[in-house]
Amino acid sequence: MRHARSLIVLCGLLLLSACGLKPDVVVVLPEDGGKVGAVVVHPRSGPATVLDKPYAAAHGASGRMEAVTVDQAEVGTIFAAALAARPVPPRSFTLYFREGSDELVLSSKPVFDAVFAEIARRKIADVVVIGHTDRVGLLVENDKLALKRAVAMKETLIKRGIAAETIAVAGRGEREPVVATADEVSEPKNRRVEISVR
Amino acid sequence: MFAARLVVLATLLALPAAAADGDIGQIKSATGAVSIERAGQRLVATPGERVRQTDVVSTGPDGAAGITFADNSTMALGPDTTLALERFRFDSTTNEGAFATRLSHGTLAVKSGKIVQQTPEAMTVQTPTAILGVRGTEFLVRAGKE
Repeated sequence: MRHARSLIVLCGLLLLSACGLKPDVVVVLPEDGGKVGAVVVHPRSGPATVLDKPYAAAHGASGRMEAVTVDQAEVGTIFAAALAARPVPPRSFTLYFREGSDELVLSSKPVFDAVFAEIARRKIADVVVIGHTDRVGLLVENDKLALKRAVAMKETLIKRGIAAETIAVAGRGEREPVVATADEVSEPKNRRVEISVR
Repeated sequence: MFAARLVVLATLLALPAAAADGDIGQIKSATGAVSIERAGQRLVATPGERVRQTDVVSTGPDGAAGITFADNSTMALGPDTTLALERFRFDSTTNEGAFATRLSHGTLAVKSGKIVQQTPEAMTVQTPTAILGVRGTEFLVRAGKE
C-alpha cells in the first residue's frame, strides 16, 4: 500500500514520465553517426504521426495514439531486456583480387583479418560470401572464377577455424559490376568478393 | 544452348543457403523461456535456430531473444512478448522485399535493414493499436495487453 502511494507521488514528481505512459509506446532511437530514422505511426483511429527525431515517441491504447515526450532513462528502463538482447549488427566487407586470379590484392589482406575477427566475435555467426569478376574473359569463365574466389575465401576461413556450415558461397560472375564497363575491360573494383557477416 | 545457359544462370543466382529454403532469419540469442510456434507445433528456440515466415516467436516472463533476418534487419524481444513473423520476402540482388510483423504484446527493439533502405515503409510492425511503417532504422515498441 505504502509502495503504491509513493509510486503515485513519484509519478507526480516525474510529471507524465515513465508512469504516465499508456500501454502502447513507440520510440525512435538515434542512429550511429548522428542520423535519425523515422517511423510512421498509423493508429487504427485518427491521423498518422511521423516520429523522426531522436527519442521522438508516441503512446496510446485502444486504437488511438498521440505524440508524447519521453526521457532516455525511462526508455532504457522499460526496454532494458529488449535492448540487451539486440544482436550484433550485421557487417559487410569487400575484398579485391588480382586479375584473373583467386589471390587477394595486398591491400585486402588486412580486410580479411577484419572479416575473421568479425566472425569470431559472434557466438552464432552466419556468413555469406559472394564472388564477382570484371568483364575480361568469357561469361562462363567468369562465373567459374567468381565462385573460385568465393570458395578460396571460405576455405581460408575454415583453415583459421571457422565452422564450414556457417559459410555459404555463391558466384555472380561479371553480372553485377560495381563499376559499369564495356566488355573485356579490366576493372580492379569489379574483381571482388563481398562477405556479409550476420 | 540458350536453355543450358539459363539453367547455369538460375543455379548461380540461387540464394546462397547455409540456411534451408524458407528460412528468413536466425535466432542469435535466447535467454529464459523462448519458443517458436510453427504450423501448430511449439519448438524451444535456442541460439542458432532458423526462423521462417509465419513463425510466431514468444518469450516467457524471464525471456529475451535476438533475431537477425536475411535483409540484415534485427529484432530483439523483451520478456512476455509475442511476435508473429507474418510475411517476409527479400531479393538479395535488388534488395526489394516486404517484411510484416505483428507484436501482440510485449517489448521489441527493431533495426531495419536492406528492405527499408530500398523501399521505405516496406517493413511494418503491427500492434493492437497501430501499424508502424518503418522508414529506418532503429526504434522501440511496446504493446500492452488488451
